[in-house]
This record gives sequence, structure tokens and C-alpha cells, in this order.
Amino acid sequence: MVYLTRAEHFNAAHKLANPNWSKEKNEEVFGACANENWHGHNYELFVTIKGTPNPETGFLYDVKKLSVIINKYIIDELDHKNLNVDVPFMQGKMCSTENLVIAIWQQLQPHIPTEVQLHSIKLYETPRIFVEYFG
Amino acid sequence: MEHKVAVFRKEHFNAAHRLFCAEWTTEENLAVFGPCANPNYHGHNYELIVQVNGVPDPKTGFVINTKDLSTIVKEEIVSRFDHKNLNLDTDAFKNLNPTAENIAIVIYNLLRPRINKDLELKIRLYETERNFVDYPA
Repeated sequence: MVYLTRAEHFNAAHKLANPNWSKEKNEEVFGACANENWHGHNYELFVTIKGTPNPETGFLYDVKKLSVIINKYIIDELDHKNLNVDVPFMQGKMCSTENLVIAIWQQLQPHIPTEVQLHSIKLYETPRIFVEYFG
Repeated sequence: MEHKVAVFRKEHFNAAHRLFCAEWTTEENLAVFGPCANPNYHGHNYELIVQVNGVPDPKTGFVINTKDLSTIVKEEIVSRFDHKNLNLDTDAFKNLNPTAENIAIVIYNLLRPRINKDLELKIRLYETERNFVDYPA
């Protein structure tokens, strides 16, 4: 079994605020992240697939094709967007990094070629804050 | 012997912004600024490097106390811009496009009065890992 990772990135705005809570409660729980006018991040995304290399190509999967899949279904949806407002698959969800990584898995998984398996998704919100999801 | 030394302090802030010219149509803004013109904003982790050049003080050995420099940068820059919308939440960009170029100039102008005038000040601002600006150039 070999694990292959493709790194991509996107820049987006978001805020953390529960619409059922008061402004004061949101500020108490989420601090500066609750700013009504949004803030933003440079997100770094790492998609890892696993499987056995094809004996004829030596590839687990053509990583350029993997990049095209990630860009089509994830990056084009998220890059230079407002995660709370512009992204259909985040509607009605809290835009935490945790929820975002789960949503990215759910969006991407159906498009991963059948000869490999999606192993993990790692998402950096800042250089010092990241989450991992294994499905 | 007066040897000038450059001292650097790194800080960071996360902010939303959009790039647009209010006098232009949506189409013109999209043509010039691309997805950066998204009316709902996008955002960045900005990395700021403040450079101070000068001769070390003979008594302390410091060009500038980096703890003091850190405090100044936090007071003037990080507290002003971190977790903010640069277009909506700051006075500096009410009528100024918050490009990396303009942000670096604004940061310089905010810090300059707080740094000893005998010391040279330079700003490097990373908008992304691969896009950064220097001011003064």
C-alpha cells in the first residue's frame, strides 16, 4: 500500500457565528472569529489517496489528474469565496475548519477514481492550526 | 566602528478583503481584479516582516529591543487588522484599495512615528506564500 498526497491551496473569507445565538454569546465563544464583517485565511489542503502502484505506469494514480479533480470539485468552489455565503455545500453549517474538512471529503469522495481509495484530508487554516479527517 | 545591522520582527494577521474600484462596473472590476473582486470578500493569512536598520547601542548592544518592537507592531498593526475586514472595519482602507502594496504603505506610515527616527524602517508583507511586497522599494 502506497500513500500519495497532492497539496492545493485556496484563499477565503469566513466567520464563526451561530445564528441562533446573540452577538454577545457568539463573541464569548468565538472571540474575534465572530466578526460580523468576516475575516479570512490562506487555506492549505492536502489530499491523500492510497492503493497499489499500477505495474505498467508505476503510478498509484496520475497526480496531475488528481489535481484536476480537486480543483474542479473543491478549489473552484472555495477559492476567493466567502465560505458562509458563496459555497453551496457549506450552507447551514458552521464554517469551522473541522466542518470544512468533512464537507471537502464528502464532495471529493464520489469523484475519486475506483482504482484508489481516499485516505485522508488535511486542512491548514493557518500555519499553526490544522485538522485531519479520515472519513 | 559603526556597523549598521538589520533587525527583523515577524508578526501575522488574518483578514478579509476585496479589491475593487467603486467607479467601475462589476464587469470592469472582474476584468481587472478577477476573483479578488468577489463582493462577498475573501481572505488571507498575512505575514508581516518589520525590518529596522541601525547601529547597535553601545550600552545595550541592541539596534532596537525586539520585545518593544513586537509590542509596537501588535498595538499599531495586529490589533487594528487581525480578524477584520480591511474594507469595512478599518479607517485606512475606507477609500483605499487594500492591495498588498497599499497595506504595506499603510503599515509603514503607522509604524514610522513609533520608531526612533535615527533608525531605518522597511516593511515586507506576504499576502500568500508566493505574493509579497516590500516598502519602501
